[in-house]
Formats: sequence, C-alpha cells, structure tokens
Amino acid sequence: MKFARKDLLGLEDMSSEEIESILDTADSFVEISERPIKKVPVLRGLTVVNLFFEPSTRTRISFELAEKRLSADTVNISASSSSAVKGETLKDTAKNIEAMSIDMLVVRHSAPGAARYLADVLDCPVLNAGDGAHEHPTQALLDLFTVRKERGGIDGLKIAIVGDILHSRVARSNIWGFGKMGAEVALCGPPTLIPPGIESTGVRVHYNIEEVIPWADIIMLLRIQQERLEESYFPTIREYSELFGLDGEKMKHAKPDVMIMHPGPLNRGVEITPEVADGPRSVILKQVKYGLAVRMAALFLLSGGQFESEVTH
Amino acid sequence: MNMKEKAQIMDSEEVGRGLIRIAHQILERNRGAHDVILVGIRRRGAPLARRIAEIIEEIESTGPPVGILDITLYRDDLQLVAKQPIVRKTEMPGSIEGKVVVLVDDVLFTGRTVRAAMDEIMDFGRPKAIQLAVLIDRGHRELPIRADYVGKNVPTSAREIISVMVREEDGEDKVTVEEIVE
Repeated sequence: MKFARKDLLGLEDMSSEEIESILDTADSFVEISERPIKKVPVLRGLTVVNLFFEPSTRTRISFELAEKRLSADTVNISASSSSAVKGETLKDTAKNIEAMSIDMLVVRHSAPGAARYLADVLDCPVLNAGDGAHEHPTQALLDLFTVRKERGGIDGLKIAIVGDILHSRVARSNIWGFGKMGAEVALCGPPTLIPPGIESTGVRVHYNIEEVIPWADIIMLLRIQQERLEESYFPTIREYSELFGLDGEKMKHAKPDVMIMHPGPLNRGVEITPEVADGPRSVILKQVKYGLAVRMAALFLLSGGQFESEVTH
Repeated sequence: MNMKEKAQIMDSEEVGRGLIRIAHQILERNRGAHDVILVGIRRRGAPLARRIAEIIEEIESTGPPVGILDITLYRDDLQLVAKQPIVRKTEMPGSIEGKVVVLVDDVLFTGRTVRAAMDEIMDFGRPKAIQLAVLIDRGHRELPIRADYVGKNVPTSAREIISVMVREEDGEDKVTVEEIVE
C-alpha cells in the first residue's frame, strides 16, 4: 500500500495502511540527519512555501529543516509580514503564491478547514501544519512514529491525553491516529475542556487524572493554551496544575515503563513539572527529533507522482 | 506486460564461483582487505555484498565491514515515475574516510544507479577510492561508468531483461534472460 494523495490534511479520513506507509518511509529518513552531510537531493529544484498565519517555532523550523535536508528551496511567509494585514483574502494570497510556480505549500491557519480549502483551490500539494482546533496531522504522525520507535508497535497500547482537549488540534489528530493504529485512547481534563459528545469517537473520558495514570502506557500532556482561553474554563492556573499537572508525586502511580509525551511548547510547572519533563520516562525531545524525519517523509511522498488534475492537460 | 524466460545464463554454482573470483580480485587489487568496505546497493546488491565479505573472511580470517545503500533519494527519474517508490534504509558501517569503498550490485545496465550510489557515498565522506563489483554486466551504458569486477559479461538487446535471483531474497541463486512479450 502506497501513499497516493495530493495533500496531507488530517488523519480523520486516512486509513491505517496509509499511516503505516508514512511511518515506514519516515524510518528511512531518520539516518539522513545523522550523516556528515545532512542532505539528500530528492527535492532538488522544487520550491516549498511555508505560509504561517499563526506563531510557531517548532513546527515551522521542523518543516523548514526537513525541506532543506531534501534540497528543496524554501520561502517562509508569516502573517504579520504578508498582505493578509492589508486585507487580502486567504485564497488570493495562496493563488498569487502558486502563480509563481511553487511546488508545495505548507500552511498553518487559525481557521479550521483552512488547509482543506486551499487544497481545493490550488493544484499543488498542500500540507496542513495546523488548522485551528481541527487537525495537526504531522504532529500526530510524529507522535505515532515516536511510540512505534520506542515500543516497537502501537497496537494494544493505552494512551491518556491530558489537558485542554477542547482547543487542541494535536489531541484531535491523535485520537484518530492512535485509534486507527489499534491503541486505546482516554481523554482527561476539566469537564469544561472536554468537547461534549467526544465519546462517540470511541475514546474514554475521565475527569480525574489519578484514574488514568496507573492505566496508561503513554501519558501525553497538552499545553494549557492561555492565548486561546479567553473565557474562564477553570478557576486558576494553580488549581489546574494541582489537579491535572503531572509531577513526581503523581508519577509514582504510573507504570514503570510509562512514556511521557508533550507536543510542546512546555508550560513548566503548569501541565508538567521540570522533574517529569526532563526525567527518564520523558520522550519529549525524541518527538522533536523524529518530527523531522516524519515531515521529510510527508514532503517526499507528496512531491512525487502526477495527479489527475495535472495529467488531463 | 508479460515476461518470457529465454535462457538461464547462471546457476547457483556459477553464481558462487563468480562471487569467489570477485572476492579474490578485490583482495589482489587492494593488497588485502584492511581498507576495504563493501557496500551493497538495495535490493540484490546487499546480499551479494554480504556473501563476498564472507568469502573474504574465509580467505583472510577477517572480513571487511558491509554497508547497504538505498539510492532512491538520489535517482534522476523520480519526477518521471507515477508514484514515489518505497524508500528503505541506508546503513553505513562507520566512517568511509580514506577507505576503499567497493560498491556491489547485481546488474550493471545504464550506469544511472551507480551514478546515484556514488553521489550518496560522497555524502558520507571522502573515500580513498570507489570501485564497482557487479554479478552481471549487460552493456547499454548511458553514462561513462565501468565495473572493476564482473561476474559475467552478458551481451543483451534493449528489449531483454536480466533477472537475478538470490537465495536470501528469492529462495535460489539463478540468472536468466527474459524478454517482454506483447
């Protein structure tokens, strides 16, 4: 089974075989970043535009390094420096960029569905680097890849995703991804931050972290997104951290081989204490390392082949 | 596209003898194997490289390190193929700096695979020399490349296909000529 899509928009409509083929391909790209010359010529001559309407350090740098290590030419556009501030529509911005013969577009936008919308209006492949609270497929793929590398497989494992599920595209993509790959998913957080009706996707919901800690093989903490919390979802940050923050004390009830994951950036002392984030069970920096290989794989797979819309003329 | 087998050109004994001869020639040319690294090109070059290393180990008591190269990311025809081919791992056994890298592949045809392999090797460092060992040289080069060690030279027409089977991948050692029939 090969990956034969024009775009990478989300994990919801992907099959486990497609996910597997991306992870298999990523496995071959890990070694490139360990070579004396960290570069392969596979995307030579192709231009990739990173269009970021939301701030990002990790994802943008990871995509840019992945593109450069595949020898693509890269252009970065951020919202503050684009014509969006002058009132240009998303479609016009994207159409203008495409008119300059670019080969791929990586987009992050605060509106859910923005990547899908651009994929429909553009002929070039579009990679979703996060669209609002909808999906962040490469993050979920790198989480799956990290678990597969560390544990040898995903099927049958129990993962607890803890924190602000409501605003989290990472959680959404991971619910689809881990579910499709045969893992059991539990969500945990204050009731105000759990989307109503989410149980219908087949996940368990807990409001007490003590219930999921001894159960989980993997605990994924999500960042409390203070910039998205305009209303008050819980009384104070301090109370949240008491109840849902993972610290050394709560870790005593976890399985000895538990994996601690976090998509970053960390709010040290809020959802995770430094003791846990930097502790022996943490794979947070491995997630970052493997993220590069996963993004290289995604770029490579999307770069190839001809799509029906192009073949017809 | 259907394939018709026209003739068998090597059986398992002949493949074995070819590899033994190549092993001896590598030792003779490099005055031993202390600086040699064998690098097999996926897929069928990899088991052939391992077998040559085993033969050298029997002769010299120590065998050279063996690496595996996947040249997919260095191909010059990726924009021409319909879907991306599967990329497998490249595994190099330590530094190649100052070493003699002997590339091993099953068939030498256009030379484009070897060009890609040399480019990839150069990204791992600066070897003292790169040499090329192939089980079959079938001609029709499109690049100025020649093999240093050849198991068998087989003149072919462009319509023919050389099929190399190795026991590690295909269950038996055999080389046949096949022809495309419409």
